[in-house]
Amino acid sequence: MNINRLIALSKSVQFGKILTSNARHATKEVTLPNRTIRTHARNLAYAKDLFLGKVNKAECFPYPEIGNEELEEINSFVAPVEKFFTEEVDSKRIDHEAKIPPETLNGLKELGLFGIQVPEEYGGLGLSNTMYARLGEIISLDGSIAVTLAAHQAIGLKGILIAGSEEQKAKYLPKLASGEHVAAFCLTEPGSGSDAASIQTKATLSEDRKTYLLNGSKIWISNGGFADLMTVFARTEVVGEDGVKKDKITAFIVERAFGGITSGKPEDKLGIRGSNTCEVSFDNCPVPVENVIGEVGGGFKVAMNILNSGRFSMGSAGSGMIKKLIEMTAEYAGSRKQFGKNLSEFGMIQEKFAVMAQNAFVMESMAYLTAGMMDRPGVPDCSLEAAMVKVFSSEGGWICVSEALQVLGGLGYTKNYPYERYLRDCRILLIFEVSRTQCSISPFNNRELVIQWVASGLSKAKQYHKYINL
Amino acid sequence: MSRVLVGVKRVIDYAVKIRVKPDHSGVVTDGVKHSMNPFCEIAVEEAVKLKEKKFIKEVVAVSCGPTQVTETIRTALAMGCDRGIHVEVSGKDYEAMGPLQIAKIFAALAKKEEASLVILGKQAIDDDCNQTGQMTAALLDWPQGTFASEVTIDGEKVKVVREIDGGLETIKISMPAVLTADLRLNTPRYATLPNIMKAKKKKIANMKPADLGVDMVSRVEVLRVDEPPTRLAGVKVETVDDLVAKLKANGTI
Repeated sequence: MNINRLIALSKSVQFGKILTSNARHATKEVTLPNRTIRTHARNLAYAKDLFLGKVNKAECFPYPEIGNEELEEINSFVAPVEKFFTEEVDSKRIDHEAKIPPETLNGLKELGLFGIQVPEEYGGLGLSNTMYARLGEIISLDGSIAVTLAAHQAIGLKGILIAGSEEQKAKYLPKLASGEHVAAFCLTEPGSGSDAASIQTKATLSEDRKTYLLNGSKIWISNGGFADLMTVFARTEVVGEDGVKKDKITAFIVERAFGGITSGKPEDKLGIRGSNTCEVSFDNCPVPVENVIGEVGGGFKVAMNILNSGRFSMGSAGSGMIKKLIEMTAEYAGSRKQFGKNLSEFGMIQEKFAVMAQNAFVMESMAYLTAGMMDRPGVPDCSLEAAMVKVFSSEGGWICVSEALQVLGGLGYTKNYPYERYLRDCRILLIFEVSRTQCSISPFNNRELVIQWVASGLSKAKQYHKYINL
Repeated sequence: MSRVLVGVKRVIDYAVKIRVKPDHSGVVTDGVKHSMNPFCEIAVEEAVKLKEKKFIKEVVAVSCGPTQVTETIRTALAMGCDRGIHVEVSGKDYEAMGPLQIAKIFAALAKKEEASLVILGKQAIDDDCNQTGQMTAALLDWPQGTFASEVTIDGEKVKVVREIDGGLETIKISMPAVLTADLRLNTPRYATLPNIMKAKKKKIANMKPADLGVDMVSRVEVLRVDEPPTRLAGVKVETVDDLVAKLKANGTI
């Protein structure tokens, strides 16, 4: 890693002040600080250590395998879901009409796909991250359905699942798991996309301190048009330890039934057209204080945890889609003849299949490795791994769908074949759930990571002192 | 009414492209996707429906074969059967297994379990024999309602509407009886994931054909399996006379 780039970035990061202030206290010639820079208390996960030049072998060798029993269980789940998707899901119609037919949604609800990770005691399937990733491979066959389900359970109700109180879980999870209520995740605002910490929606505490009044508007909300329950992030006034009043973000469980919520008209999108995306406005929407998820003022962390916990499934979804494309494209390449030979005998066509197979393999490996790490006991921090999965899978998916379409040439370009729909549907992967551009630089914005990185470099190389004396 | 026995067979999935083994001894089954025979699904659905309508108390799913058939039994359990019976047959016996052996097993089980009805699919999509149901009824000396497209229980009798070449035939047979399900009998339900999880707790009993006193020796030997000849392109003709002329020239008429 280029030290110049690090320093350039460090200027925007506060750690520079810590180091430079130490340097200033010292005499003219810079000595290394006596006090060790306090690093993050908990043990690092795999990817973060990679940046520090360490390979945590225990995390990835052996590759996390699931037990035979779990494997059998997953296999028994896969068959009915595949059957449903091949027989009952008319992706072309969903894309054309820009909506998912109610019968299909009901079928999905009955299959149990609305509560895959909700624990059994709340009416869900209680499956592990690995199983969720496996089912994600099949669900990704239809982009709109995949996004609708993900918005509902990977982010919409995840807040309650990972940070909610027992009362909140018991009250809301059963209906969410059965699909009677659909959830949505409301964070993004017109002025706050990548910069999620700058949201302006306000939640003001009432006089009797029993209700918060929500005011503001959110955009790009999947399932926003019909969700019964939303995880909404808003700024609340918090009195800090020093007595100073600050506006910090808090996560709320908001029911549409509370009133004051209006949904805009569905966005007319390039892809995932069957998924409902719209603006959601809150006008003095009353939210009881019991509906705060976690702590007042701790919403940003909840948001980041929610997003990080679901992101890995993008890898398996992408690989499922690519595997399906390989299947369809191979059939074509093996039967279409030009210049007296099957397409499959031409080198450049073979290369396309190699690229697709490579990508599918890598995406699958990354996704299941991350899922396996997350399934381990304890609460590991797999945010970096998930980000890597997302970056690679979204780019890889886009490239592979394009290659697959290319093999079919003109036919791939028509609506008679699903390739153009897959292409339009997968473009969103590069954008949503934290855009790819933001995702790939976020490791470097991670303050503690940079501190450790430089600290380890400091202890070894004195020649950097002239850079530190900024 | 007490118990219904439903037979389920694990076959190569209908969507898979079948390939013949290079030595022509059979069809490639290793690593190929298998699932429940579609007509067996219809049979299970009918049995579960009868239970939901309270005509019968218990549905028992039965399958014969190696360990893999337990997956098929689990699917039947997830669709609503109460328990399963796995009759273990493997190796050479499994390859040589045919309708007669199955019929003997089912006849023995029907007596052992005191079943009032045995419901099977009309045929399996791998061998298309369409014999097991009829043989089972014969061995038990029970009446049979085959190619059923509608089944109604009326006291001690069963009214069966059968699909036959000439149309539909309605018969009334007394129980205990053997029924075989045809395509239009019902639309099988999906085994939902919550039901699959519940099905894990249901019991599957294990037994061998010898336990039922059944001798698995086959009197049929498969000599050779070949792919059907590739279809030749057809010829379009303009008029009926042309057609007749071509057929005459062909030697067909």
